Amino acid sequence: MKVDAVPRPPAIELIGIDKRFGRVHANNNVNLKVERGLIHGIVGENGAGKSTLMSILYGFYEADSGEIRVNGEPVRIRSSREAISHGIGMVHQHFMLVQPLTVLENVMLGAEGGPLLAAGASEIRAKLAHLGREYGLEVDPDAVVGELSVGLQQRVEILKALVRGAEILVLDEPTAVLTPAEADQLFEMLKVLKSQDKTVIFITHKLREIMRLTDRVSVMRLGEMVADFETAKTSPPELADAMVGRKVILRVEKGQAHPGEIALEARDLVVKDDRGVTRVDGMSFVLRRGEIVGIAGVAGNGQSELLEALAGIRPLAGGEILVEGRVPPPELRTPKGMRKLGVFHVPEDRHRMGLVMPFQACESAMLGFHDDDVYGAGILFDRRAIAADTAEKMEHFDVRPRAPLLKTANFSGGNQQKIVLAREIERNPHVMLVGQPTRGVDIGAIEFIHKRIVALRDAGKAVLLVSVELDEIMALSDRILVVCGGRITGERLPETCNQQDLGLLMAGVSEREHAA
Amino acid sequence: MSATPTELPKWADVAVIPLINVAAAFVISGLVVTAIGEDPFNAVKLLIGGALGDLEGIGFTLYYATSFIFTGLAVAICFQAGLFNIGVDGQAYVAGLGAALVALHLGFLPGVLLAPACIVGAALFGAAFAAIPGYLQAKRDSHLVITTIMFNYIAAAMMGYLLVDVLRKQGQMNPETPGFPPGATMPQIKDLVAYLGWQWPDTPLNLSFVLALLCAYLMWLLIWRTRLGYEIRAVGANHVAAIYGGISPARITMITVLMSGALAGGLAVNVLLGEEHRLILQYTADFGFVGIAVALMGRGHPAGIVLAAILFGILYQGGAELAFDQPKITRDMIVLIQGLVVLFAGALEHMFRRPLALLLTRFQPPVPDAPAAERA
Ligand SMILES: Nc1ncnc2c1ncn2[C@@H]1O[C@H](COP(=O)(O)OP(=O)(O)OP(=O)(O)O)[C@@H](O)[C@H]1O
Ligand SMILES: [Mg+2]
Repeated sequence: MKVDAVPRPPAIELIGIDKRFGRVHANNNVNLKVERGLIHGIVGENGAGKSTLMSILYGFYEADSGEIRVNGEPVRIRSSREAISHGIGMVHQHFMLVQPLTVLENVMLGAEGGPLLAAGASEIRAKLAHLGREYGLEVDPDAVVGELSVGLQQRVEILKALVRGAEILVLDEPTAVLTPAEADQLFEMLKVLKSQDKTVIFITHKLREIMRLTDRVSVMRLGEMVADFETAKTSPPELADAMVGRKVILRVEKGQAHPGEIALEARDLVVKDDRGVTRVDGMSFVLRRGEIVGIAGVAGNGQSELLEALAGIRPLAGGEILVEGRVPPPELRTPKGMRKLGVFHVPEDRHRMGLVMPFQACESAMLGFHDDDVYGAGILFDRRAIAADTAEKMEHFDVRPRAPLLKTANFSGGNQQKIVLAREIERNPHVMLVGQPTRGVDIGAIEFIHKRIVALRDAGKAVLLVSVELDEIMALSDRILVVCGGRITGERLPETCNQQDLGLLMAGVSEREHAA
Repeated sequence: MSATPTELPKWADVAVIPLINVAAAFVISGLVVTAIGEDPFNAVKLLIGGALGDLEGIGFTLYYATSFIFTGLAVAICFQAGLFNIGVDGQAYVAGLGAALVALHLGFLPGVLLAPACIVGAALFGAAFAAIPGYLQAKRDSHLVITTIMFNYIAAAMMGYLLVDVLRKQGQMNPETPGFPPGATMPQIKDLVAYLGWQWPDTPLNLSFVLALLCAYLMWLLIWRTRLGYEIRAVGANHVAAIYGGISPARITMITVLMSGALAGGLAVNVLLGEEHRLILQYTADFGFVGIAVALMGRGHPAGIVLAAILFGILYQGGAELAFDQPKITRDMIVLIQGLVVLFAGALEHMFRRPLALLLTRFQPPVPDAPAAERA
């Protein structure tokens, strides 16, 4: 840490911030002090109010009461424009990028510097080159954003903030969408930023990242700031305890699997993406009742397309899928048909696919099952039955607030995820396809979700788990298939493999070379 | 995070915002009226007086409103599925052909059967004419906005040809069909209330008004209370999630556009069966386009559309009276006011949202604390 002659005012000071949404007290008299030049972590359960607090800092919401000080000066922040003028930049979890434009054009957007683009463009190009050298944030300014990986897109978001003169960078769950390697790169970048006296506020559910990256960490709970630690003097169990107010088992407890008959079989599957590129290139595997098969792989190696094909969303370009030993007739090879066959699907991306954000929670909680008679046997929906059904699911999955009529978008990220999981798991699937089940979910809820997935297995259901979290794969799976480039590069048992071994397979080192 | 700081309580969203928008449109119009040297307050008085001052005015106002409810609903049902049907005018025009063909060829039917048959004919023709752009959108991804605009021209050309060269009565100069048989008529409100022993002046207001209100109610029921409505909204709000949920966007697009075309047929019912009793060249008088303004202003909600349609009815009827009384204020003035309403209600819809949202948070009553956030 730096030692200064004169003590500097904190970069950010939030004093007595209060924010309510109707009956929900999202931020309750929150105080937070973020020292300049440090990486400051914020953790807390789903719905604890972290994103709300950051949205207030960024001018997205206005606090009902309380004060914001930047470098010791009280300020009022009513829009993102005002936030950036005070040197506060935000990297949203859902990127605010224009996909068909180039990196340079995206960075310029809203900072064109005059009616003619050329002058501004060359200035920004120079700035980008400078930032690239100084912080190790290289990106090709002429690359089209839509063709960049998620990690690079996030880098563009960070560059956007820095070009606008951000001294304080807020990242809300930046690693939820990154591969481990991309996350490592992000951490390196953040450390360089820190060495240049920039301040970083970093929200995450992964305590590992807190321990590795941050200097201080603050804990939120039920809208309040409940604890504040120097990272070096705390530990994951202590943080977990402060977050949920009880001991959390950070390990999955599961007994022996008893695999039964084959529930789902893939034979030489070939699947293409929307642009016609082959993403799944001849995969064959079986999934038995009573087992969890994990698919390990770097994101973007065909896992998404595989899940969508199995769920009936994406057509097969080759091969066949067997359910209970039979190839379903074409009319059942649809999302509806596969659901009818008991093949349910938790999609990887809840925003894009899993939920309808403007719908009420209870409407989102019946998506795909809305034909069921329990929601009204006649022409009209039975609104009371729908709300009751959702209330029950919310109870079982501890979705907060328990408000079936609240708009889906108004739930916190983790609680939205729980709505998706509750919808599928509570319906008692035969085959459960799960993509990134714990993305954006707090550690207490992860424990619970893992338990439910193991319970499904123990009830004789077949589970196919796709996750970019190797820990999750290793902890839950009874068998692990490693994929790379749309092919299965190896099969392992979790007891007899280690992360390194999987890492090699994930990088595409084939079985034979591996042995040699 | 998709929420914005301008999120408003529902009552403000559906009631206060449209009112502010209309008021703004009127203020600007008032300035224009002043600029041409007329007294704006007098103009408002004449306009409101002409539209609502007596039963006759009210009759005409509601007659126009009936047309706007139908075309507004036709546009709005497509909004729900994320579609923009600009072709309501053309669909209503062709629907008129359906009504006329039934009226002229099945004239032997008794009135109780003939009028409903004409309504069905109008709905079927409207839907059929919408089906082609609908199909192109659903299966070929041709943008509905573009195709429906073009289909308006096709409708105009086709109907012009039919009315001038095919359907025109022998020895008749006007491009219009022969008069419908007496059975092909929507009962007049005047006659209906006469049964109850009440007096109602002679206005074109007819039973179509009740039919329009019924359609608005049924549409509300459909959109918010049925599976089909759920699927329509899902497709409109998130295409990908809809597919994931087993909903076929192509099927929903097709169904929605067909219903939209059928609703457009309501214009033919009100104007042709209710008032004109024959099919006339360009009978729609651009009411299909006004439907877009009505749907925007009514925020796509059937109740809002009924209110917006009545407002536009007032503008039409009151505007006609105003133009009659004050020669300096022409019909163009009314078109201007309508344009301003569209501008404020549609294009500048969000202008007053943020100030209102901020104002409301100032005066928020204290709420009980959140038991919802606690662990069960
Ligand atoms: N626009 C809104 N309207 C109503 N309630 C809201 C709105 N935004 C947030 N909330 C509520 O405020 C609470 C705090 O939400 P917030 O998104 O800040 O949680 P979070 O700590 O970021 O959780 P997560 O870890 O799941 O992302 C939640 O109960 C949420 O439902
Ligand atoms: Mg959050």
